Amino acid sequence: MIRSHVLICAGSGCTSSKSLYVKEALEKELVRHHLEDEIKVVQTGCFGLCALGPIMIIYPEGTFYSMVTVEDVPEIVEEHLLKGRVVTRLTYKDPAKEEESGPTSLSDTLFFKKQKRVALRNCGVINPENIDEYIAMDGYTALGKVLTEMTPEQVIQVIKDSGLRGRGGGGFPTGMKWQFAANNQADQKYVVCNADEGDPGAFMDRSILEGDPHSVLEAMAIAGYAIGANEGYIYVRAEYPIAIQRLQIAIDQARKYNLLGKNIFNSGFDFDIYLRFGAGAFVCGEETALLTSIEGHRGEPRPRPPFPAVKGLFGKPTIINNVETYANIPEIINKGAEWFQAMGTEKSKGTKVFALGGKIRHTGLVEIPMGTTLREIVYEIGGGIPGGKKFKAAQTGGPSGGCIPASLIDTPVDYDTLTAIGSMMGSGGLIVMDEDNCMVDIAKFFLRFTVDESCGKCVPCRIGTRRMLEILDRITEGKGEEGDIEKLEEMGYSIKATALCGLGQTAPNPVLSTIRYFRDEYEAHIKEKRCPAHVCKALAQYSINPELCKGCSLCAKKCPVGAISGELKKTYVIDVSKCIKCGVCMEVCKFGAVEKK
Amino acid sequence: MNTVTLTIDGVKVTVPANYTILEAAREANVNIPTLCYLKDVNQIGACRICLVEVKGARGLQAACVSPVGDGMEVKTNTEKLRKYRRFNLELILSNHNRECTTCIRSNSCELQTLCSQLGVNDYPYDGEKSVTKVDDVGPSIVRDNSKCIVCRRCVSTCNNIQDIGAIGVSQRGFKTTIGCIYGKSLAESPCVNCGQCITACPVGALHEKENIDDVWAALNDPNKHVVVQTAPAVRATLGEEFGLPIGTSVTGKMVAALRRLGFAKVFDTDFGADLTIVEEGTELIHRLKEGGVLPMITSCSPGWVKYCETFYPEFIPNLSSCKSPHEMTGAIIKSYYAEKAGIDPKDIYVVSIMPCTAKKFEAQRPELSNNGLQDVDAVLTVRELAKMIKAAGIDFARLPDEDYDKLLGESTGAGVIFGATGGVMEAALRTVYELVTGKTLENVDLTAVRGTDGIKEAEIDLNGKTVRVAVAHGTGNASKLLDMVKNGEKQYDFIEIMGCPGGCVTGGGTPIRSATEVSYIDLKRARAKALYNEDRSKAKRKSHENAELKQLYKDFLGEFGGHKAHELLHTHYQKRDKYTFED
Repeated sequence: MIRSHVLICAGSGCTSSKSLYVKEALEKELVRHHLEDEIKVVQTGCFGLCALGPIMIIYPEGTFYSMVTVEDVPEIVEEHLLKGRVVTRLTYKDPAKEEESGPTSLSDTLFFKKQKRVALRNCGVINPENIDEYIAMDGYTALGKVLTEMTPEQVIQVIKDSGLRGRGGGGFPTGMKWQFAANNQADQKYVVCNADEGDPGAFMDRSILEGDPHSVLEAMAIAGYAIGANEGYIYVRAEYPIAIQRLQIAIDQARKYNLLGKNIFNSGFDFDIYLRFGAGAFVCGEETALLTSIEGHRGEPRPRPPFPAVKGLFGKPTIINNVETYANIPEIINKGAEWFQAMGTEKSKGTKVFALGGKIRHTGLVEIPMGTTLREIVYEIGGGIPGGKKFKAAQTGGPSGGCIPASLIDTPVDYDTLTAIGSMMGSGGLIVMDEDNCMVDIAKFFLRFTVDESCGKCVPCRIGTRRMLEILDRITEGKGEEGDIEKLEEMGYSIKATALCGLGQTAPNPVLSTIRYFRDEYEAHIKEKRCPAHVCKALAQYSINPELCKGCSLCAKKCPVGAISGELKKTYVIDVSKCIKCGVCMEVCKFGAVEKK
Repeated sequence: MNTVTLTIDGVKVTVPANYTILEAAREANVNIPTLCYLKDVNQIGACRICLVEVKGARGLQAACVSPVGDGMEVKTNTEKLRKYRRFNLELILSNHNRECTTCIRSNSCELQTLCSQLGVNDYPYDGEKSVTKVDDVGPSIVRDNSKCIVCRRCVSTCNNIQDIGAIGVSQRGFKTTIGCIYGKSLAESPCVNCGQCITACPVGALHEKENIDDVWAALNDPNKHVVVQTAPAVRATLGEEFGLPIGTSVTGKMVAALRRLGFAKVFDTDFGADLTIVEEGTELIHRLKEGGVLPMITSCSPGWVKYCETFYPEFIPNLSSCKSPHEMTGAIIKSYYAEKAGIDPKDIYVVSIMPCTAKKFEAQRPELSNNGLQDVDAVLTVRELAKMIKAAGIDFARLPDEDYDKLLGESTGAGVIFGATGGVMEAALRTVYELVTGKTLENVDLTAVRGTDGIKEAEIDLNGKTVRVAVAHGTGNASKLLDMVKNGEKQYDFIEIMGCPGGCVTGGGTPIRSATEVSYIDLKRARAKALYNEDRSKAKRKSHENAELKQLYKDFLGEFGGHKAHELLHTHYQKRDKYTFED
């Protein structure tokens, strides 16, 4: 008789903070106390609060422990599992609530209350390596329903009616995509899942694959039925070993249960799925490059039209959807288009998963209804900005997106509003910046990423983005010139208009959007040779405040270039011409006398 | 045929439904500028120069790859498009070695032409340039990536047309480069030196390794007796370098120009071609009679020969043991001619003018020598010869026609057509038929093996025995043909293979025509026409009828395929590794 379930997150975040060691220790401890038949340990997918991992939840109470270490395990077993006393020092404290002991139950936290988990419905709930647990959560009922009760046309109609749009970045209506592929007659068609998640800081797809791989398999089979395909490929980056392992387990299990393979549900429908591994090129997340890569060639985009729905993988009609898009499908089939339609805004239905990162307390994964404001995401779900700093901007859409300034923090987040303000939904990365971030530096960071990841096929992306980066480098080194901003804009718009694929067409966005909202920062760098956020090293000026300096000489001793001089017990000074701006003096000064401007 | 009607810059055109916008625009007399586009070779929409506005489309479309649609409205020349075209050209220039005056492609550079046409008159985007080094290790081809614009026309040619894959794309982003695996030299790669990449290149990133200075030095050396010979295809293409229409035969002027350059004797490789035919024909008859290895495959094309040695070594026994025509001529010059003229072969310097870059490699093969002397000392391409003529201030167009020198200057129509695909086969069959049957071949025009189809087949009746022949041009087609032979799908007795698509007339050493020109003109056909016209005008059209050739056998070689002929005119081959570097 099992009286308690202990859920331990085995997503990539918690795994890297040693959750599997915690699990191992817990299992040993349970054996030591002869509790192994009473208490079941379940390793799950991601709960979302990655910053606080390893995360452990004990049911039936729903007690939520965070940052659990191997050393904490004996106490949890003895106190909680044997004596029934919550170990309060390990329970999660909601930063939005002032009181000392916050909610001990996960569902009571603001982090979870504001969320609506559709794509992530099973993440952190089931053991992803056990198909029975997925089936227990109504898994594969949607596929059964589709194969036994619906025509392909009806399936497509439901998806169209639901208003689901592609979650990979483009936001193209999923039902329409399926319709195009269904309309094209061919001896062979393909269903492809784009799991080549590459935006810096984004891990939505990884978490779904790690936490609920069957939802993607089920959806792909549904898509296969809808368009008339019986072969599917999942293109997943090789840097996601856990996701790959769980996908393979899931595929094997589904084949064993005949939920993949021949004559599924005795319907006469055959469908199988194969894995293909990406080698880490960002551009392979672009759909035509991804298809080229699956075909065994150098992953480079090809011009559209023809679109994949007409001429896709191996020249055959193909639909290619993102992991999160697929994860929504079984729920839409099970609960109906109206249910899905009821969530979100007029043109963006349903929910969206975001990976929160940057200057925010709850670094992690959240799923919110479309139309939630940025303020709610940052301050309520995200727990606000640490250190009492001021919100400056949020970057969405990864290297293809843009920065949203503080003045627009009440913008409801959906596809169209984000595009309208010069950013984009993208795949769902959301990076928060505070007053310590330099926006020119941020633009440079993202542009450097696309410069590195450009495939080099078309001229504007291969050379143009590099030239823009060179200008940004100059600006942040204090060598900005009059006209640089205009030149960046001119180049940015020309690259957007002429690049071959989505990567190049959006590469200038981080630069253009920061110019749009933070032009004054660019001007400060160029005209005043000053970085307002004190980030750009070349523009920084160190000085010693004589009123605070005690003349201890520590800074002079540590300065690697001998730029600091003075007499003991008197004021020291920095020779600016010798200073290399390494910041060591500031770090070592015990009196806060070294200042950076 | 399905057609669609669309509007291009306000002009309505009806075109086949499988046309691209670029092709349709040409029907509307609009030349959309292109750079990476090379018809039937490279259509990848990479350079973004041919972008056009299509009403209702999401963003601009690359005309070279965008299919036409019924009712489509296309604009090709708006202010915005001109601006974007300039922008991308300026970006290319920002990472381009702009030493145009000393560039081998100055005045035939497509980038230069576009910049001039589109009004690029500044370098607004200059920045760091790619670090490159010149690959001039091999004997035939030089690659200078400081000029490369990464259009990939060479890559497509090498991989998709020639099926060799010596070069490819490495690295990504700004660091993207074109070259061999691991940055190795072409000389260490499976490159067969065909030079098709050179004629595909829009800029000066690829060119032949020039031997002009070597030839000038020999001409200026009083102790050297410098003899020149010209391949069949040279007369059909050299005129283009002097502004004459494609397909103009300039045999007489070429001979005159060579004399004025100071060559002691001007001989004809066509003579060597006739020689090849009688030797190769004799070999074929022997193999047919004696149960030798069949199909026998021609060995005139050094690009093909290296391809065979590298990619299909199992076919080495099938290769004819005959040297190629200019090597045969070289061997005869340094033996028969030397004897007749009373010159020490050591003092003779043989220059071959060839439509070919692989001939430069071939001339260095150690086995193509006699008594320690290479049969041929230097090979110049048609382009190099044109440069020498220009440097010498010779007014080519106004030169009188002159004849080749006697002894090795006579040729038949059979020797002339060697320069086009199917020509060797046709020439060989003319001779083999008569040698085997003893009858006169009345209709010498064997049209079944002419034309530009990738693979051609024919059957010839030789005294009741049907001889099955096939012709392939371009190593890509050769590969297809050999695979069919290998898997038993096809059986032949005799195969002609030329390494370059179209044969020698469109060889890697011939004049370079722009991508725009080759979109309009069937270069292979137009140039071959000059050879077939010359063939038709000749009194003798069968190699074995060549009087000087008969004299050569009578005075010097003995019988066709005899002992002396074997010593001087035949060779052997070796299996080659694709890569010659250690890993």
